[in-house]
Amino acid sequence: MADEIRVAIRTDADVVTARQEARTMGSRLGFSSTDLTLLATAISEVARNITTYAGEGEVLLRVLDQDGRQGIEVLATDEGPGIDDVELAMQDGFTTGNGLGLGLPGTRRLVDDFSLQTAPGAGTTVRLVKWIRA
Amino acid sequence: MAVPILKQGPFLIASIQAALTDTDVLRLQDDVMVQVGRYRSRGIIVDVTALDVMDSFVSRSLRGIAHMTRLRGAETVIVGIQPEVAFAMVQLGMNFEDVHTALDLEEGLAFLQQQLNGETDAGGG
Repeated sequence: MADEIRVAIRTDADVVTARQEARTMGSRLGFSSTDLTLLATAISEVARNITTYAGEGEVLLRVLDQDGRQGIEVLATDEGPGIDDVELAMQDGFTTGNGLGLGLPGTRRLVDDFSLQTAPGAGTTVRLVKWIRA
Repeated sequence: MAVPILKQGPFLIASIQAALTDTDVLRLQDDVMVQVGRYRSRGIIVDVTALDVMDSFVSRSLRGIAHMTRLRGAETVIVGIQPEVAFAMVQLGMNFEDVHTALDLEEGLAFLQQQLNGETDAGGG
């Protein structure tokens, strides 16, 4: 069984593939239907950020097993322009694209852990974790 | 994959069959706008029962359809938002307050028919 899946993100169809792979992985681990949907939605947001702002990148899905509980870690990575002002990007309603600015702050609300590594010109990595609820 | 749009009397029914890419969503927007003009439709139903994810892009695009068709004199109703999807949309912060929604196709049609009857009554009275 694959505990790690890498999805290259180049087109909007890849965004759909990434979230479907996560759904398959999560459903195998026993995630609830609601949590699968929250995770799939979060992945859709971060994967779309890749196609919108960086052009291409990848989404890495990994099974986590820690202290007897399982979860899924998502690493969405690109080598795009990076984010100038992370604090601003994390505010509801802020966008430099043509969205509503709900992407990153909204995504954070959908998962258990959220972290962002970025610098101007140095690309962006978003790490998400969703745990199975006991 | 294109979303089939059926004409039923004065209404259009767009029935989403599977996961949509952003390209599919934008195409749906265009198709609905063209058909509203062609058939002089008074209402549109977008059935999202088959969608397991409504992220910010899809939500924003559906809202766009509702706003654009209203400018053309047709009301849009989004029907079939799944419970998990509704939960995720609220967490994400999507605001659908200015968009008509209904539980399913039947409720959606009833709503549009009521709107249409209301107009006829007002006009005739």
